Amino acid sequence: MTTTDSPAFEIRGLTKRFDEKVAVDNLDLTVPSGSFYGLVGPNGAGKTTTLSMATGLLRPDSGQISIHGVDVWTNLIAAKSIIGNLSDGVRLFDRLTGLQLITYAGLLSGMDRDVVVERAGELLTLLDLEGAGSTLVIDYSAGMSKKIALACALVHAPLVLVLDEPFESVDPVSAANIRDILEGFVGSGGTVIVSSHAMDLVQRMCDHVAVIANGRVVASGTIEEVRAGSTLEDRFVELVGGRRHGEGPAWLRRS
Amino acid sequence: MVATLVRLRFLLLFNTIKSSPWQIVATIAGGLYGLGILMVVVTALIGLSFAPPELARTAIVLGGAALILGWTILPALTAGIDQTVDPARLVAFPIPLDTLLVSLTVSGVLGVPGIVTSIAALAAAATWWQYPLAALVAVVCSAIGVLTAVVGSRMLIALGSRLNAGRRSREARSAALIVALLLIAPIVMFGGQFIRQLSADLPRIADIVAFTPVGAIWAVPADVATGDFGRAGIEFLIGLATFGVFLALWRFGLARALETPERSSSISTSTRGLGLFGVFPGSATGAVAARALTYWVRDPRYAQSLISIPVIPIVILFIAGAGENLAPLNIVGPVVALLLALSIYTDVSYDNTAYALHLQTGVSGRADRLGRVIALATFAVPVCLVATVATVWVVDTWYLLPALLGVTGGVLLTGFAISSVISGAVIFGVPAPGESPFKSKPGGGFSLMVSMLVTWTALIILVLPSLALALMTWATGNMAYGWAGLLVGLGLGSVLLVIAVRVGGNVLDRRGPELLVQLQQQK
Repeated sequence: MTTTDSPAFEIRGLTKRFDEKVAVDNLDLTVPSGSFYGLVGPNGAGKTTTLSMATGLLRPDSGQISIHGVDVWTNLIAAKSIIGNLSDGVRLFDRLTGLQLITYAGLLSGMDRDVVVERAGELLTLLDLEGAGSTLVIDYSAGMSKKIALACALVHAPLVLVLDEPFESVDPVSAANIRDILEGFVGSGGTVIVSSHAMDLVQRMCDHVAVIANGRVVASGTIEEVRAGSTLEDRFVELVGGRRHGEGPAWLRRS
Repeated sequence: MVATLVRLRFLLLFNTIKSSPWQIVATIAGGLYGLGILMVVVTALIGLSFAPPELARTAIVLGGAALILGWTILPALTAGIDQTVDPARLVAFPIPLDTLLVSLTVSGVLGVPGIVTSIAALAAAATWWQYPLAALVAVVCSAIGVLTAVVGSRMLIALGSRLNAGRRSREARSAALIVALLLIAPIVMFGGQFIRQLSADLPRIADIVAFTPVGAIWAVPADVATGDFGRAGIEFLIGLATFGVFLALWRFGLARALETPERSSSISTSTRGLGLFGVFPGSATGAVAARALTYWVRDPRYAQSLISIPVIPIVILFIAGAGENLAPLNIVGPVVALLLALSIYTDVSYDNTAYALHLQTGVSGRADRLGRVIALATFAVPVCLVATVATVWVVDTWYLLPALLGVTGGVLLTGFAISSVISGAVIFGVPAPGESPFKSKPGGGFSLMVSMLVTWTALIILVLPSLALALMTWATGNMAYGWAGLLVGLGLGSVLLVIAVRVGGNVLDRRGPELLVQLQQQK
């Protein structure tokens, strides 16, 4: 039951604990269909854990997640076929060439080989990786690895893109090209969720944002609602806290 | 500074051990194993003190030379020495080169292998207790010998570190080691006889080794004991010079390595087009098979599990007491099948967190299981077939062929089945992608051993029917039993494989996320 009218993501009461530590604490989040949604929060706030559970990679302790009306954890296959996922901190099958890796991802999603190969070539060009299609992924730089992982997330033409730190170590030109791709995707009715530490980028690129701290959403809505007249960065610091004022230790000052 | 660096080494070691109870168990088991070897060596050396000095000299010189050679060459091949304090990670700190040299030497001596070597070397000195002067000299010489060994272990690595930078050379080195391991078998086979014939000549060989850099220092006490002071003096100088040269070379290599830190390799392998992905069917199962087979070719961790295959016939002949009777060769086929079939039961562990792609795409567990089996079968089936037919041909036991094919096929199929269930259910501590295939994770070896015991037992029980029929053929010479064995072996194996792919696939579908959590902890 996939309808683009229902929210892209509907998360209710999501909870996950690792041993004693509560990583995600009764989190609620609604991502409207067709939105470009930013997810920001300090290190260890639970962003990656939330996204892993939302994409069917990590089983929640409790809570409901549905994507366009499809309950993720009772219809894993159906949910995964409409998600394109870029996970942070997992390895790639890096002894394949770039072209082989994208092809592998496409074939695993059940696509036709001819279609996969055609799209893989297109993606390599779009992501400035033309020359690298026949190079083993293990020889890629960090930024190139990010881009090839993004290509793997895009190849099966998903409805919803979930990208964990997609711009980390990506050069500015490629980052701009990726933004064009994502904006085009949103413009045509797709939904994108990105987690990022770059507040400026989120403020310029996204139309919605949620601030996560200690496993909970502390603010969410359109960018305008959340930043409330201030910049997103100032508002973030205000919401999350922990900013210190001062000039650093005395012994570090030169005069 | 030296004390700080040595303390750092132990801190790193304890933190690794502490991280899981299994690692504590494995460390204790490893320690006991080392202790056992040490007891044997020390007892033997003390025993030598009651033997004629010539015998003690021969044993100690040859053993000592092997010790220094082993310390020097093995780490360079495996890169498996204790790199807990890796000089490359200390580049950013302002540590004088000589301080670094001393710290690394001290931490080398204080490691488990260092301590074992030191105790053994001291025991070698104790061999001369009946000659007080020689014993005194021996303590000094043993200390120099141990230091030479420890410095030697660092020397080749430091000298080669520019070569070592980059993945290609690491892989080339693994390949070199694999070839070297392959050569061990013929060396043992011919060398064993050779040594038996030459055992009378061993003292003369020791005489020659005593003038080589690696053997000289160990010969000094013996020559002092027998009163040949001139010889002892020359040997002592050779030994001391060796230590000096090793130290200078290490210093030079380390200085250069610190100035030109590791770069990632600029040479890259490239494959035009799809490679195996264009050969296998364009389905999810075909894709998994293409990926797995590509890894068999490109990932040294897989190649490593094939090392033992060519050696098997020789080992079997040896165990059976190499004689005119070639009959034991008949079991080569089943043994090769066993090793090949069980080589993928750490498959998901080898994937590491790259396995996340299988989860993200929602590929069915059944396609995953079947693909991996197909990749292995593409070469395992021909290899087993050739091995079985070849041995039957060599031994001239054609009447056993159907029976043996039944057992081999049964073992192969049943092994595929067991691997398919286990690799998706249990995560083992294996070397991560890109790491040396010979690197053992603390605690990994132990759990691997336990599971190996279980899987081998299960496998043997499951192939008992075809095994029994093969034995009947052999006992009665009636080929009807053999044909029955062929049918039973292949039939039963196929049924088990079909069931296992379903069960293993269901386990993956159900427990995929939990598996990924375990893989992430493994990292």
